[in-house]
Amino acid sequence: MSSVQSGESSPIDMSQFYQVFFEEAEEHLGEMESLLLSIDPLAATSDELNAIFRAAHSIKGGSGTFGFTDMTAVTHELESLLDKVRKNELPLTPDMVDALLVAGDVLKLQLARHRGQSDDVPDAEGICERIRALMLAEIEAASTAPSAGRELSIAFPVPGGAVDQAALDDLASMLAQIGELLTPLERNGDMRTLRLRTRAANKEVRNLFAFVCETDAVIIEDAAQDQSYGFFEDEPGPASKEIADDGFGFFADLPDAPPAAASSTDQGYGLFSDVPAAASTAAVVPAQQHGRRASDQPAAEPVRAGRRDTDKTVHNAQGDNASIRVSVEKVDQLINQLGELVITQAMLAQQVSQFDPLLYQNLLNGMADLERNTRDLQESVMSIRMLPIGFVFKRFPRMVRDLASKLGKQVQLNTEGEATELDKGLIEKIADPLTHLIRNSVDHGIEMPHVRTAAGKPAQGSVTLRAAHQGGSILIEVIDDGKGLDREKILAKGRERGLAVHDAMTDAEVWMLVFEAGFSTADAITDVSGRGVGMDVVKRNIAELGGTVEIESASGYGTRTMVRLPLTLAIIDGMSVGVGDDVYIIPLATVVESLQASSRAVRSVAGGGYVVEVRDEYLPVVSLHDIFPGSVRNPDAREGIMLVVESEGVKNAFLVDELLGQQQVVVKSLEANYRKVPGVSGATILGDGGVALILDVPTLVRMSRH
Amino acid sequence: MSHNDTRESADTQSGEFLTFALGNEEYGIDILKVQEIRGYDAVTRIANTPPYIKGVMNLRGTIVPIVDLRIRFKLGEPSYDQFTVVIILNLHGRTMGVVVDGVSDVIALTTEQIRPAPDFGATVDTRYLTGLGAIEERMLILLDIEKLMTSGDLALIDAGTEESVAA
Repeated sequence: MSSVQSGESSPIDMSQFYQVFFEEAEEHLGEMESLLLSIDPLAATSDELNAIFRAAHSIKGGSGTFGFTDMTAVTHELESLLDKVRKNELPLTPDMVDALLVAGDVLKLQLARHRGQSDDVPDAEGICERIRALMLAEIEAASTAPSAGRELSIAFPVPGGAVDQAALDDLASMLAQIGELLTPLERNGDMRTLRLRTRAANKEVRNLFAFVCETDAVIIEDAAQDQSYGFFEDEPGPASKEIADDGFGFFADLPDAPPAAASSTDQGYGLFSDVPAAASTAAVVPAQQHGRRASDQPAAEPVRAGRRDTDKTVHNAQGDNASIRVSVEKVDQLINQLGELVITQAMLAQQVSQFDPLLYQNLLNGMADLERNTRDLQESVMSIRMLPIGFVFKRFPRMVRDLASKLGKQVQLNTEGEATELDKGLIEKIADPLTHLIRNSVDHGIEMPHVRTAAGKPAQGSVTLRAAHQGGSILIEVIDDGKGLDREKILAKGRERGLAVHDAMTDAEVWMLVFEAGFSTADAITDVSGRGVGMDVVKRNIAELGGTVEIESASGYGTRTMVRLPLTLAIIDGMSVGVGDDVYIIPLATVVESLQASSRAVRSVAGGGYVVEVRDEYLPVVSLHDIFPGSVRNPDAREGIMLVVESEGVKNAFLVDELLGQQQVVVKSLEANYRKVPGVSGATILGDGGVALILDVPTLVRMSRH
Repeated sequence: MSHNDTRESADTQSGEFLTFALGNEEYGIDILKVQEIRGYDAVTRIANTPPYIKGVMNLRGTIVPIVDLRIRFKLGEPSYDQFTVVIILNLHGRTMGVVVDGVSDVIALTTEQIRPAPDFGATVDTRYLTGLGAIEERMLILLDIEKLMTSGDLALIDAGTEESVAA
């Protein structure tokens, strides 16, 4: 913490509060980022703007209190800009959103540095300068806009030359209501043109033409801006003019103009800009910055945050619950203590059950209540560990946005099912594999815009991230509408790498090849992906969580990767079985069926093994007595109970002595204090307080082969 | 493991020791490593482990491995009755239990009272001894319990984690 600057002459030791500030600041930064990513500059509501402002303001307040002056400086600029925007003194532009995002990154780096997690010194001055320049540029632009509104030159076609003069008169009078007609209607071939000075948004103007012609055919151009940014006139067709026009509308639109509803082209201009439009704005802004040096301008007076801000709190998708911050250890401790309580309760219940119900009726009633309460408590405590998967999803919009702009692609990320809950431990571990899959989709799946257009697809690709509960597991899908996997290429690559491949393999088998180590079909290695490390790691990580991953792909239509995970690692449904004197738990998910082995169905094979015939299928018999020797009883394989288990697509019959029951078990780590035991994935505590080992079925099957 | 011998023995000299009996011998371990003392019950056997690893037990929700030092040091036939005691140790955040015949008391020893252990070449490897403590007529065998429990030949922890714990 050497980099922490001490608060000014503060007699109180503030360092004890640092952690709280760090966590809060992180939360605010996260909120600010997700708000910025979801905001539509054309239609930003004051609620959204206020929420962003408040986030920045809170960070500023906190960093000021704790003496992190570098963060205060950056948030100060942020706040000044946001304050102007939310007070409608400045229009919000995509450039501002970009700058605000970068400022958020800088703040994150600064935060990391204060926490001692990073030594990077972010370019704080650079971003402050950028924000100030943006602000001055916008103030200038806003002040030069004529007070009476923008001057628009409007052209619209008259269908078939048949002119309804009454309709045109109506139009003229309607236009006169929203602005000032500078020139009367002029005839220009099939088109009629006019010039209008108005404060209304283009959309509003356009709607007035509904009685005269198709509103889409109306061409609205900003007469004043047209001249300064004439390079857009080269763009053919009304569509591109529309883009240019809306783009420049940001600079000229008076803030009180109602936000234009986003049409499809508008959306393109939002977060994932059309390439030509993005280039143009990038070109425009430096030009404006050049035009005026920051020193020429009176410093923008930052307006103090309204502390009496009574606006309603705006909630984003993730943060709509009041919550408190609790460390995971505390929750785990709670779960452990609850486990003890459950065991104590079970023990008491067992003893009380021997009492005479007539004499001890009250006691027995009390025990029944205790049991019910304990069970309720158990459910509530377990649910604490469950988190909505939105916690993972919320990091991806930014990643996709950055990736797409780096690669020159247009990608829209859609997320569905953010509220799907799963265990916290899983949430943390699934983030990396998902990052990998999404990165692959953007980098390898989605094509460049011109390729997509040529293939008849929209220039903007889409990546969908979807989560849903399915039975006892959660299904997470990453779907892209890109080019899909190339079967031939994968097969060729597989041969090259010496894998066992042949042309008759099914598509599903071919797709699984990409999970082999070092497998990449990317033609060029980029810094995004393509090194071929990854998919094998993805598969391994998911397998470690007890999950599976599958791919579906159609050439030209896209790829769907499906990740299936158990809901929680902390509790599993288990079948308790007796092997000699020992009790083992077999995860219920692997159990297919159980059957009494009749001597007729069990046959010995050469080498001392046995197989059992189950409905015309011969399954290898795995005797748990052989794998875990030392128990007292050791019956013949022809007796006992066969438990048919399936793992990694292979069925085996486990021979056990008895089935004891089916129950939910709390998984405990053996490795925390001991070591890994072959064939055992963990341990649990039984109702009597004893420990039972949870079997690792795939490993057991492998062990039995040796 | 031998590289930190000198440092370890310098650290653990003089201080308070919990004494316990293994067969007819009296042993002492650093009291600061002891978390608690409890009776021996309900230990779940783990197959395919050496005989001195009795298994694992449930210590208030934590799974704790139990080692019988009497078997490890080949000190007579171990018996398990109401007097059998498990000393729960806390070594670098890991909790483990050792079975002993009985706990006597806690004794403070000065540096002068601790003599270097002679080389027995016997069952108790002198690597795991910090010395012999002399209190009047009694002789205490002072165990470096931490080194013993984290050593590779006890196979109590995975080879990969062994060094990080012992370091």
